[in-house]
This record gives sequence, C-alpha cells and structure tokens, in this order.
Amino acid sequence: MGLPPYATTGQRIWYYAFRVICGLIFFFLIAPIVVVMPLSFNAEDFFTFTPEMLRLDPAGYSLKHYRDFFQTSDWQAAMWNSLKIAPMATLLSVGFGTLAAIGLSSEHVPFRRAIMAILISPMIVPLIISAAGMYFFYSRIGLQGTYLGVVLAHAALGIPFVIITVTATLVGFDRSLTRAAANMGADPVTTFFRVQMPLILPGVISGGLFAFITSFDEVVVVLFVGSAGQKTLPWQMFIGLREQISPTILAVATMLVAISIVLLTVVELLRRRSERLRGMSPG
Amino acid sequence: MKLTKALLAATAVAIAGTAYAASHSDMANEMTLVSWGGAYQNSQQKAYVEPYLAEHPDVSVTWDESSAEAVAKLRAMNEAGNITWDLVDVVASDAIRLCDEGLAMEVDFDEVLAPGDDGSTPTDDFGEMLVSDCYIPQIVYSTTVGYRTDMVGDTPPTDICAIFDTETYPGKRSLEKRPINNMEWALLCDGVPKAEIYDVLETEEGQQRALDKLATIKDDVIWWSSGADTPQLLADGEVVMGSTYNGRLFSVIEEQDQPVAMLWDAQVFDLDGWIIPTGLPEDRLARVLDFVKFATDTQRLADQAKYISYGPARKSSAPLVGKHAELGIEMGPHMPTDPANAKNTFIYNYEFWADYRDDIDAKFQAWLAQ
Amino acid sequence: MTTSSTDPGSMDAQTSGNGAKPGPMLAADGTPLKRSLNRALRRQKLRALMLIAPLLIFVLITFIAPIADMLFRSVRNEIVQETLPMTVEALKSWDEETTELPDEKVFEAAYYDMFLAAEQKLHTRLGTRLNYELTGISSLFRKTGRAVDRFDTDKYVDDFAALDPSWKDPATWAAMFANEDIAKALPQTAHLWQRWTDFLQTKNEDPAKEDVEPFLFTSLYSELMAGADVSGLSPRLEQAAGAVKTFTPVSIEQQFIDADKDWGNHEVWATIKTYSPAYTPGYFLNAVDAQLTADGVSARPENEQIYGILFKRTIFMSITITLSCIMLGYPVAWLLANLPMRTANILMILVLLPFWTSLLVRTSAWKVMLQQQGVINDVLVWLGIISDSGRLIMINNQFGTIVAMTHILLPFMILPLYSVMQTIPPTYLRAAKSLGATNWVAFWRVYFPQSVPGIGAGSILVFILAIGYYITPEIVGGTTGTFISNRIAYHISSSLNWGLAAALGSILLAAVLILYYAYDRIVGIDNVKLG
Repeated sequence: MGLPPYATTGQRIWYYAFRVICGLIFFFLIAPIVVVMPLSFNAEDFFTFTPEMLRLDPAGYSLKHYRDFFQTSDWQAAMWNSLKIAPMATLLSVGFGTLAAIGLSSEHVPFRRAIMAILISPMIVPLIISAAGMYFFYSRIGLQGTYLGVVLAHAALGIPFVIITVTATLVGFDRSLTRAAANMGADPVTTFFRVQMPLILPGVISGGLFAFITSFDEVVVVLFVGSAGQKTLPWQMFIGLREQISPTILAVATMLVAISIVLLTVVELLRRRSERLRGMSPG
Repeated sequence: MKLTKALLAATAVAIAGTAYAASHSDMANEMTLVSWGGAYQNSQQKAYVEPYLAEHPDVSVTWDESSAEAVAKLRAMNEAGNITWDLVDVVASDAIRLCDEGLAMEVDFDEVLAPGDDGSTPTDDFGEMLVSDCYIPQIVYSTTVGYRTDMVGDTPPTDICAIFDTETYPGKRSLEKRPINNMEWALLCDGVPKAEIYDVLETEEGQQRALDKLATIKDDVIWWSSGADTPQLLADGEVVMGSTYNGRLFSVIEEQDQPVAMLWDAQVFDLDGWIIPTGLPEDRLARVLDFVKFATDTQRLADQAKYISYGPARKSSAPLVGKHAELGIEMGPHMPTDPANAKNTFIYNYEFWADYRDDIDAKFQAWLAQ
Repeated sequence: MTTSSTDPGSMDAQTSGNGAKPGPMLAADGTPLKRSLNRALRRQKLRALMLIAPLLIFVLITFIAPIADMLFRSVRNEIVQETLPMTVEALKSWDEETTELPDEKVFEAAYYDMFLAAEQKLHTRLGTRLNYELTGISSLFRKTGRAVDRFDTDKYVDDFAALDPSWKDPATWAAMFANEDIAKALPQTAHLWQRWTDFLQTKNEDPAKEDVEPFLFTSLYSELMAGADVSGLSPRLEQAAGAVKTFTPVSIEQQFIDADKDWGNHEVWATIKTYSPAYTPGYFLNAVDAQLTADGVSARPENEQIYGILFKRTIFMSITITLSCIMLGYPVAWLLANLPMRTANILMILVLLPFWTSLLVRTSAWKVMLQQQGVINDVLVWLGIISDSGRLIMINNQFGTIVAMTHILLPFMILPLYSVMQTIPPTYLRAAKSLGATNWVAFWRVYFPQSVPGIGAGSILVFILAIGYYITPEIVGGTTGTFISNRIAYHISSSLNWGLAAALGSILLAAVLILYYAYDRIVGIDNVKLG
C-alpha cells in the first residue's frame, strides 16, 4: 500500500501521520522491554535509573544480576523446574489437543458447542478461580505440591491454545488429500502421519509454543498447586518482587526476551514453510 | 472421616514425640522449611541452617517461600491429610490461628527447646514471648516508619504523627494496605490515650474516628502489600516517608546507603517464629525437633542478629548480639528491643484482631475503595 | 442383523411407494443404502468422539471438577451442624423472634457439643466461621473452649460418687452402656458416651482407662431428673434415680454466661440458629453486600458495602481497557494487514514479543515508567513540559491499571483483528474511491463494517481476560484500580473466608460465561486465530 503519485497534500500528511501513529503504538508495545533491558545492568539493587546510569558512567552498570542468576541455587533450581514442567505440560496438551482438534473438525460431532466450551474453558475461567479450585481439589486427591499436579494443571491451561490453533489449521485442510491417501491403500495411521500431520504441523507447533509459554510464564496456578520442589521461574520472580526487590528478575526477563525472539523467528520460518507446502500465497 | 484422619495424625505425633526421646537414629534426611524469602530467610540460612547442615552433612533442606500463605496452605493440606512441610515460619497472629485450629502441634517448651546459656529454662528465657502453646518465637520485629532525609527539610520528624502532618512534610507516604497498625496510629494521633486505644476501636464510632483521621491523608497515601514496597518507594524518592519492618529500613539505610532515616516512636512489636505442623510422620518429626532445638538455642538466635536487625526472642541471647557480619557495625542499637528504641511501643494485640479483623477489614476495604 | 421388512428405512419406502413396491435402494454390500449411510455416519461420529474423549476426560478431571468443587464451597455450611449437632437440634424449638434466650435444654446441648468440640479442637474453626457473620464469636468460642472443662458440673461427679464410688470408674460406664436396655432408657447419655468413646479411640486411648468427664454425669443427671425409667435395669442406677432429686442443680446457662457474658446475647444464638442448615445463601448474600440475619435478608451497613463497588469498577475498567485496545489495536492491525507479508510478519514479532514476556516483568516495567520519579515523568520534566514539582500521578490508580493492562491485552485484540482484516479485499476500498467516495466515507461505509467481526472477536476476548486479572491490578492499581479478583485472592489466602471467595468467584464466572456464550453466538469460537 504505497502512496500513489497522485496523492494530495492532505493524503500525504495523513499517510505519514498514520505511520507515525502506528510507530508510536509499536513503541508502546515494546517500551517495557526497552526499559527492562538497561535496568538489568543496574549496579544497584533497586529498579531505578541511577544518575550514574543516566550519565552512561560504566560504574553505574554491572553484570552482577546476571551473575546472581547463574550463581544462586534458587534461580538455577527454578530454571530447571520450569524446564522440566513446561515441556511435559506442552507434550500433554499437544498430544491430547491435536487428537481432539482432529475429532472436532469432522462434520458430525454431537454436542460440538458444549464440548468446545468445556475444552476452551481453561482460557476463559478467571485464573484466580482456576487456581483456587485446583488447589483445593488437588490437595484432596494428593496432587497438590507434586510435579505431576503442576504438569497436569499447566497442561489444562495450555489446551485451549492448542485446540484453537490446530482447529484453525484444519479449517484450511483439504479433506480430499486423506481420501486420496485412503484410496491408494494407506491405512488411517499412515494417512495421519504421512499426509495429515505434515500439513497441520505448523498449527500444532504454534499451539505447542503457546502452551509452552503459558506454562513457562504462569505464576498464579503454580503458586497454589506447586510446593517448594516445583518452584518455577515466574514463581521465583514473584518472590523476588514481593520479598526483596532485585533487578535479577530483570536480568532473567532480558534473557527470556532473547529466547522469545529466537522462538518467534522459528515460528515465522515454520509459517513460511507451511504456506509453501500448502501452495498458498508465497511470502 | 476427615476428623478421624486428623485425630489419627495427631496421635501419631504424640507417639512420635515420646519415641523421639528414646531414639535419635530414625530421622528423615530431608526437610522443607517454609519462610518469607529475601533477607530474612537469608539470615535464617546463615545463622542456623548452614551450621546445622555442616554438622549433619547428609541432611538437605528445601526452602518454600510461602509464609505469606501459610495458614491457607496448611489448612488445605490438613483437609487433604497430606502435609508436605516440616517447619513453618509464621507471625504470631497466624501461629495462634493455626494452633486454635489444631493445625500446629502443641510443644512442651521445656522438653523440646534447649535451655538458655545462662541456665534458665526455655519457658523463663522466652518469657512472655510465648504467646501460644504451638509457637516457638525466633525474633521480635517491629513495624515502624522510615523517611527520606533529603525531603524533610531541617526538621526531621520525631514522632509517629508526622505521618498525618502533610503541612510540614508534604509528599506521599506509604502505609500497609490493612487496618492493623494504621488504625492504632490514627487514633493515637487523633488524641486518644495509648491505654484506651483498643477500647475506642471496639466501638463503631471509634472505628469511624480512626478512618476519618486516615481520610485526612488518604490522597497522599500509597498503600503497600509486600514488605519490599516501602524500601523501593523510599529509594526512588517516590514517598517522603512510609511504614515498613525495621529490618527493611536497616537494610536501606546501612546496607544500601540510601538517604533514609527511621523513627522508633510508636513502633509495633510483633513476633516471628516456628510452628510444627500436626500430622508429621515419626522420622520427619524427629528431624524437625532436632533441628528446632539447635536453631533456637541462645547462640543461634544471637547469631541471626548479625545478618538482620531483628531482636532475638530469648533474653539470654541479648548480651551475645555482636556486630553485623559484613558491615561490622554494632547491631545492639539497631534492635527494636534496645531500651533506647523501645521508649514508646505497641504490642500487636492478637486477641483484639482475632475478633475484629473481619469486621474492621471489611470497613477498611470499603473505605479504601470509595 | 434384522430383516429388511422390519427396517424403518424400508418401511418408509414401502408405505410411500404407492403400492408399487420398489425395493429399497441398496449399497454395494447389499444392505439398504440408508442404513449403510447411517452406519457410516455413526461410525464417523464414534470415531470423532473417540478422538475427543481422552482430552475431554482430561479436562473434566483436571479442570472442570476442581472448579465445580470450588464453587460448591459457596453454599456449603455443614460445619455448624457437624460441630454442634445437639445444639442445632435443640435450637429448632427456640423462637428467635422473641427476645428471650434459649432455655436450659439448649444450653445443656451446647455444653455437650462444646465439650466434645473443644477436645477435638474444632470449636475455634466454627468460631472463625461464625465470626464472618457476627463479630466477636471467634473469641467467644475460644474462651468458652478453654472454660468448658472447668464448669461447675464436676459437682455432679462428686454427688454420684458419694452414692456409689464405682460411678467414677470408666469400666462401670462401659459395662452400663453395653447393656442395650440401659442404652435405650438413657438415649442421650448413651449417645454422648458413644461419641466420647469414639473420640478416645481415634486418639488410641482406652475408654475404660480415661476419667469419666463431668459432661457425661450432667447428661445422666438430666435424664434421670426428667424421669427416665430405669427400674429393674441396675441397682446402681435405681439408687441414683432415687437420689438425684436431692442434688443441687447447676445452671448450665449460668456457667456459660460466667465463661463469657456474650452467651447472654440474643444475637449470638440467633446467628447460630440462622446458620445451622447445611447449605446457606449467606456467602452469596455477603457477595452482593447483603447479609442474612435472624430477621431475614437485609443490606449491609453502608460503610461495609464493597463488592457492589468492586463489581461495577471491574466492569467499567474492563470496558475502558477493551476500548483502549480497540483504539490502539485497530490502526496496527490495519497496517499489518495492508503491508507486504514479509514486512508484516516482522512487525508481527513486535506485537508478539511483549505477549511472550513475563507478565510480572512487564508489570514491574510499567511501575518503573509510570511512577512520579519514573521514566515518563523524568522525560517530561527534562523536556520542560511539566515542572519538577508538577510531576504527574500515573500509577497506583485506575490510570496505571488501564495503561498496564491495555498493554498486556493489546495482542489479544490485534491478532483477531488482523486475521479478519486479511480477508477483506483491498479492491473494495479502491472501488469505493473510484466511485467518488472520500477516504473517510470509503473507510467508514465500506471497510469498517467488514472489520466489525474482528472488533467483536477481539473485544470479547480482551474483556473476558481483563475481568479476571489480578496480579497487574495488585501491583499497579493502588486502591482505586483493583478488581474483584484481588478481593477473591485476599479471601483465599489471607482472610481464609473460602466460602465468600467461592461466592464472588461464582458470580464472576457467571458473568464470563454469559460473555463467552455471546461470543460463541456472534463470532463462533472457531474463528479465533492466534498468530
């Protein structure tokens, strides 16, 4: 949508003004990240831009919060817990979620609306209610404070994302492909893995990433359902904010942003690949 | 059914208690300690967990920073009959609630705790700090007020009523987002004699009077809910003064070297200490009892003061309080219990707040929301 | 397999066939086509359900069951009945409309219940529960729990023992109630003995070795005084039955009032009676600023009304946040939808990046930016737009919450808007313009109506998510920017009033479900796209 050569001055002004407005909104979106990054190199223990930092004096900056992260056993344990919990939860939500999404996409599902509502519910029920409910219920069945309990809770929270993304991919899925495969003698399992799966894979992966991030960034539920042994990164950050303000959490955030950028690039590349495969508009 | 389970568990504790005296051999090697996180937990780690682990290298300790939700979590664990904590650090009011509900184990202090270094029995040594049969106090802390020295001009505040004096000390102040302490201070500064505060606060008019006094500064208050807030706000210069725990102020003033000073006037004493959850299996209970005996002896409590400026709950520890572990300053004058600091103090009124907490809190929150 | 004549499909064909009897249409394997199709359809349905079933069961167990369980707490109230069973029974015949206190029978029942509850340490739990309804019950129960084993009723122990020292021997009691006739003649005492021994057994103590507590003697005395017929059952009992009239009675009511004068307060009893049913609307009433008293439902005093304000505020702020998200999200989505794919996807990363940055970090970052000594104020002062003393207050109020939450929820608006806008062909706009529409008219009359489904999708998503937030408002909301969820969290972890938390949660969830239903009707949940 370039500017046509015959545009009037008014249109020109509007065209550029609009871009400036959008630029400001984009800035609004990433402003917190921009602020967090320099603060993570703060030499002091508060979330404050010190005069030294503003003068760009090297003494105002330090890597101590990064060192703190890598040298404190609490932070290390929290990171490992997150890395143990999130993939398992993701695996569960993706496994169950993909199957269910395929089931839901067939034309003749009884009670489709009701089933959909139940499967989406973890996304729409206010988190505090979910957390409290799971807390009481899991306590009763002995899952509170266990690794399994946290994984199950996080898997439940991730499911709506998998359902939504995979269903969306299946909407664009050409059913004649599976029929063709069946026609050529492929059994349903082969058809699924050799024909259907590669095509809906981007949706599955994107749903999986959402599920992963949900678990990786989740603090309310884990705070209730987990116990010390399952202290995750967000939990550790929450304690950091509540009990002792320390820019270590900003250092962690900066590193997580870096990882997010990598993940997002991967998603983008996958999307391009999928579009190529499905013969849709080339990038 | 649930009751039966709880009672069975209680019995197990009673049996375990006697079994403990007989044999030391069957002790669990893992302990989950629940505390507050931050500098306070660090002082516990340094003063007694690390020395204990040095003596018992096969024991491992996991910290759970859940003290703020301890009562809720213990209640749910008890409902479920699955106690995952071994020793829980709570404030006195929570300990009393836990003890009342049978969620904390009653302790025979003279049997379980070590005698004082001066030979006094634990009961005498802790004295009136033993506010509940289940509660083993570690430290006395106080909630008090800190202020920015560079924002108060030439007349730094000297008493608590500076909070309400927005003429002399313009700017924001931070107060805790709950009625406890604030209501007392408001009445005190509204001219109610200290001895009559709780009588006044029992009445509708008294509660309204306190809220009216707070209303005079409502627009200037930032309400905090976690202990880290006021220090951060003071460091940022976001508030001119604010209430927080004295240990936090010590850390801002002495360790972080910020332009902050503090008041001791009308500080409110409270306790922090251990409770042992009911229903621990025998081997875990044996380990916990062994640890508690060590962790609350005279020397260990005195050692804790090296890391944080809270007063040891044992009388016999006071003379042993030395210098700060890193800064090398004498910690004695920074203790809330130091006679120079304790000229005008309140003691958290557990009985009153147990009754009036729900009621006054509803009014307080409604007042805040309006 | 049934024969074709009984098959409903073929019957249809026959009856509608005007007697010409054309055979039913057959599939390749010879079965009627209709049936074959039906079977295939059934199989397909079954297959779909089999694929869905594992997840459905998973979600039902790990998620729906906990939520249902939680919400059920909002009406449960068995604690009163379970802790004070006899008192609740005895109170049934007391009329709380009168100004009189309940009679001695009720006090007696309360004494038995209280004694047993105090032994089991259950009385303070009940005290906490009832303190939600009437301030002061908490300490009343705590004090009474301590006093109840020091009541003067031990006088009865001495009286009975004076008649026959074997009364003090627990073995006597055990033997006495092993006799069914005696148990029938003294039902109340037998029942109490049963509760007492059950309790001792759970503590692994032998009832035959523990002292017989005064409350059992009190019950025995009371039943014998009431004329229980024990003739011929046991000489010891007969002797006691003859002698009890000579005992000086102890007023249990007086004992209670001595323990705490509040037992003489009519309101205490009325509260216990009002809250004695196993299910109560009390928590829900509390959640809407009303209360259930002995006189029925009434509004809470004005200075305690808070939930109405909070619900209204939650809705108002959620709407504001949704509107801000539309204002900011619409231009961005439009730009993304009209840029070449590659550029759009790169800009998309800017949208998704904050989405995937820890919520806690983003919230603290807003704190750093918005506070009075924060980044934005510093920049404004440096630019000379505001003076150093006139720094803006942008945090710890509604503004702070709205800014931070708009930021957090903006991607949820942009993503659905973007996916709708992508489907609007740009040619429509050009066509409108070439027909003489101005830019504004072309946009407003042609483009905008087609993007409305995207706005609808984004709005409801943002609104539903906003209404349940609590961490962000807690950190940046101060007092005027907090939501109902903050109160729910408070009741769950601090005040421990779980019933009230559940009631507030139920109301909130109901609101969200209505919105979800609307969303599903208007947009269809299938049409949400994320990324």
